[in-house]
Amino acid sequence: MSQSNVRKTRSWLLFWRGSDKGLAKCKTVTFGDPAAVEGGAIYGVLSVLTVGIVWQLVAMAQIVPPLFWPSPGAVFDKFIQIATEGYKGFNLFEHLGISLYRVMAGFGLGCLFGIPVGLGMGLNRFIKGWMDPLIEFYRPVPPLAYVPLVIIWMGIGDGGKVLLLFLATFSIIVISARAGVASVAIQKIHAAYSLGASRWQVLRHVILVNALPEIFTGMRVAMGVCWGTLVAAEMVAATSGVGWMVLNASRYLNTDIVLMGVILMGVVGFLIDMCMRKLEQKLIPWKGKGRG
Amino acid sequence: MSELRVQGVTMTYEGADGQPVRALENINFSMNQDDIVTVLGPSGCGKSTLLNIIAGFLNPTSGRVFIDDREIAGPGPDRGMVFQHGALFEWLTVGENVSFGPRMAGIDATSRLASVDELLQLVGLAGFRDTPIYNLSGGMQQRVALARCLANNPDVILMDEPLGALDALTREKMQTLVLKLWQETQKMVFLITHSVEEAIFLGSRLLVMAPRPGHVVKEFRLPFAAAGLSADPREIKSSREFIAVREEILEMIWSMEEQH
Ligand SMILES: Nc1ncnc2c1ncn2[C@@H]1O[C@H](COP(=O)(O)OP(=O)(O)OP(=O)(O)O)[C@@H](O)[C@H]1O
Ligand SMILES: [Mg+2]
Repeated sequence: MSQSNVRKTRSWLLFWRGSDKGLAKCKTVTFGDPAAVEGGAIYGVLSVLTVGIVWQLVAMAQIVPPLFWPSPGAVFDKFIQIATEGYKGFNLFEHLGISLYRVMAGFGLGCLFGIPVGLGMGLNRFIKGWMDPLIEFYRPVPPLAYVPLVIIWMGIGDGGKVLLLFLATFSIIVISARAGVASVAIQKIHAAYSLGASRWQVLRHVILVNALPEIFTGMRVAMGVCWGTLVAAEMVAATSGVGWMVLNASRYLNTDIVLMGVILMGVVGFLIDMCMRKLEQKLIPWKGKGRG
Repeated sequence: MSELRVQGVTMTYEGADGQPVRALENINFSMNQDDIVTVLGPSGCGKSTLLNIIAGFLNPTSGRVFIDDREIAGPGPDRGMVFQHGALFEWLTVGENVSFGPRMAGIDATSRLASVDELLQLVGLAGFRDTPIYNLSGGMQQRVALARCLANNPDVILMDEPLGALDALTREKMQTLVLKLWQETQKMVFLITHSVEEAIFLGSRLLVMAPRPGHVVKEFRLPFAAAGLSADPREIKSSREFIAVREEILEMIWSMEEQH
């Protein structure tokens, strides 16, 4: 075997099996060492398989009536059926698309306004003074609590749902952008001024870039919260969307559709987070390495 | 021929308990083109305060600082800064860090590139232009910091314990580099250090400061910096003259510590 093949096999093993038998073999203290929990993807696969098997076994044993506990196969059949025939006028991907559109709109607007407001709060006493009580006041209120208000004010269109998701995103982004500004080492700012940068250039080339890792972490959290708030948002008198589909199906005790929707939302949420993590690695490769 | 003048600089901070802290009292000195001035003194004697006033980050309570006939009223590209650590932009490559100043000044990319390669050559980092900062060792990062401030062609280079975070061997190499840059670029250098040996070796002039209130107790004019590149640094540091100065300064610093 060539050198690079050995290395590939080694990293493959590390990824799937973990480091306790691999690289960390020579260490005697592994309990408490973060390196001891690296890798081990195989256990994740096993865990998902186990859940699937238990699910199937319970369904086959008919301990719980299929109405409440449909089998994995039945749920998959529903998935195919709704993907091709649709559910109440829209097919599955249209429901998904509508939901994604709402999330993206609310999330996008939240970032668009949240980043400048957060930067402003981190840089200016007046902006901080004005915005701080407002944001601190509404931030702890769960979005579900202002659904009725949103219906009263915005009606049942997409606007209300987007507003709800916007509010959920906005406070998270503001706080992370503000923390990002606060995290800049004063030497960096001093260095930039000494290199002849103007105020505007310091903002753009030092403060903003320096805040990007924090802002991006905030965006990932906000995206998770948004996706989670979606069901609440689609309770605002919707007639489409995966959140609405789940709620609607539960009324008719279509447990298979409910389960399918829940799994679908989980998978899509996971995929979104994975994309954002990849994007983060690409856009912010220096994250966590700030010793320059 | 540029000149830096510090005239009657006094700095009084408001302390945490509301008591005034007299960090600097009536500092006067001037330096010109041939000078590399090192500053030595116990912790809290106002070295960083003085440097930050010259850099323009602090307004003195009274007194003025001039470069030639321009009075300093804020930071500017005529005074390059080298910090102990943490002042490089880790989101930029080595080359982008070095060309940061020219880029801010709006100089176009092609003419920037040529001078970057020249500067990296000068500080011994040829071939590292596209390396990310975070992949460099501490000593290499300080080389980048030096190149970055030289890119703006400043009149004076201000350094606050630039080699303080480096290991002993790297530190000695970097001392030679500082001397080389001083001799080749003909810039004024103002360097704060905690190492007595470093202050003597690098300073054509050495200011010893004492605290409460911060003031200059004694100034030395030393020959070692001028000789530092032509002779073996270790020989210079173990020469009789060098050791005599070192003992004198250590004596002064010890007696300062005992008074408090
Ligand atoms: N922002 C500030 N507010 C109040 N007091 C300050 C402030 N900055 C510095 N001081 C005080 O001024 C004095 C001089 O501080 P300075 O940082 O200039 O000392 P230094 O000689 O650089 O010390 P070191 O060798 O530890 O770096 C110290 O007594 C310090 O406590
Ligand atoms: Mg200091």
